[in-house]
Amino acid sequence: MASRPTRQGDFLDAVRRLLRRGAAAAAAVGVLAAGAACAPVEGGEGSGDTGGGAAQRTLTVFAAASLTEAFEELGGRFEEEHPDARVEFNFAGSSDLANQINEGAPADVFASADTHTMDLVVEEGRTAKEPVVFVRNTLRIAVPADNPAGVDGLADLADPAVKVVLCAEEVPCGAASAEALDAAGLEVAPVSRERDVKAALTKAELGEVDAALVYRTDIRAADGVKGIAFPEADEAANDYPVAVLEGAARPGLAEAWVEFVRSGDGDEVLDDAGFSTL
Amino acid sequence: MTQVSAPSDPTPRERRARLRVRSGRFPWLLMVPALLGLVFLVLPFAGLLARAPWPTLVTRLLMPDVRGALWLSLTTATAATAVSVCLGVPLAWLLARTEFPGRRLLRALVTVPLVIPPVVGGVALLLALGRRGIVGRYLDEWFGLTLPFTSAAVVVAQVFVAMPFLVISVEGALRGADRRFEEAAATLGASRAVVFRRVTLPMVGPGVIAGAVLAWARALGEFGATITFAGNFPGRTQTMPLAVYLAMQESPESAIVLSLVLLGVSLVILVALRDRWVGAA
Repeated sequence: MASRPTRQGDFLDAVRRLLRRGAAAAAAVGVLAAGAACAPVEGGEGSGDTGGGAAQRTLTVFAAASLTEAFEELGGRFEEEHPDARVEFNFAGSSDLANQINEGAPADVFASADTHTMDLVVEEGRTAKEPVVFVRNTLRIAVPADNPAGVDGLADLADPAVKVVLCAEEVPCGAASAEALDAAGLEVAPVSRERDVKAALTKAELGEVDAALVYRTDIRAADGVKGIAFPEADEAANDYPVAVLEGAARPGLAEAWVEFVRSGDGDEVLDDAGFSTL
Repeated sequence: MTQVSAPSDPTPRERRARLRVRSGRFPWLLMVPALLGLVFLVLPFAGLLARAPWPTLVTRLLMPDVRGALWLSLTTATAATAVSVCLGVPLAWLLARTEFPGRRLLRALVTVPLVIPPVVGGVALLLALGRRGIVGRYLDEWFGLTLPFTSAAVVVAQVFVAMPFLVISVEGALRGADRRFEEAAATLGASRAVVFRRVTLPMVGPGVIAGAVLAWARALGEFGATITFAGNFPGRTQTMPLAVYLAMQESPESAIVLSLVLLGVSLVILVALRDRWVGAA
């Protein structure tokens, strides 16, 4: 009857963050719906912004959920450098974003969490230029702060007594997880294949599972979990490409954003978030 | 359009009577918004049908994963409806027929799951019934029972979002039912249980069935709370909506096929049920 110690404070913090995240997601959906409702019918040269007053130029960036914290920080800096510009983000799973873009969602820039997802957009002829890889992300094992199952390496995840969640193989982090486990020659039976990396992280944060495979950047952004590095992570690194989209309403501003992300400023912020900059 | 010219000039009174007799004459002014509403609701499905990959439809349907997800969806939604009826009808009765302080607040609380985003509902369920949840912790410690990531968790998530529909529906029926029948039965010597079984239940039956159908449909389409609380595991917790979502990540065509299956199955069941039960009400 050994009761597990739960760190009440951590737990409540995690809960607060989760609810905020849920609210943010709901808000994002609302913004997106509103945006879709007012969008020009053809995703061609947008009609520009009306009612912005002092020549406000709005740049719309669709970016993978794992870029949330870093891009928001960069957005603020970018607006300082371009006082007439406003950057609006739509953060979601890369595959969702690719589908939205292919269905004609009005976006200027797309940054995805792997090259495969970017290829889906390239194949549809939706990119204006060749996408460029700007950062790399590697996997880590996320365990609850008290590490109840005593996980210390990838091999522990193959133990049936250890509850594991992985990302679904349909999404970038799931594809990367499968590669890493293959490289290690391990068979892991997860209790769930989560829809995106943040959902997998949540399960570890709440202590519902003993381990989850997530990105290094997610561990950096969370504080209810511990990250454990493992050598096979390098076999399955994710390259993040970014591209200006065909028919962008603000092509010049979109170019400037891509350059800014790859500048010294971008490197600093992305590095701080746990990405490997190239 | 509204002028009806009859060959033999009827008196105004006769004409009014004739209009009354012609059953349910629909005011033309309302036709425009009615049609707009209908088009708005049906148009998206036309979009689905237009984009459906008909040639490969059958091969996609025969994938074992699809069958598993559909079967899980139908069984869990039905189980969730049964649980909702068992718990929801008494709850509706409590709300409709008893007076106690805080009853209004309680009724508002019952409808909370309708309002909060299902994903948040899923997180709330984890916090209550998960391995470290306020109740789940003891389930785990005392019985070694962990709900998340099991088929039972799917049913729990569905009951959470679907039961309010049933409660609201049944409560409305109870409020609308004439209490004099029950009083008459009681004066004729029927016990409370008999009155409830032989008089009250038959009177609110259509409301219960309508509520159950609504709850079943809501449970069938449940996504957010399920994927958050029960996770996604093929054959165990991957219901149709989850399968659709993940198919969408890879190929919209597969997602459309799966959606059409869900749509077809639910339409068949709902139409059959409506005509048999609810149409009479």
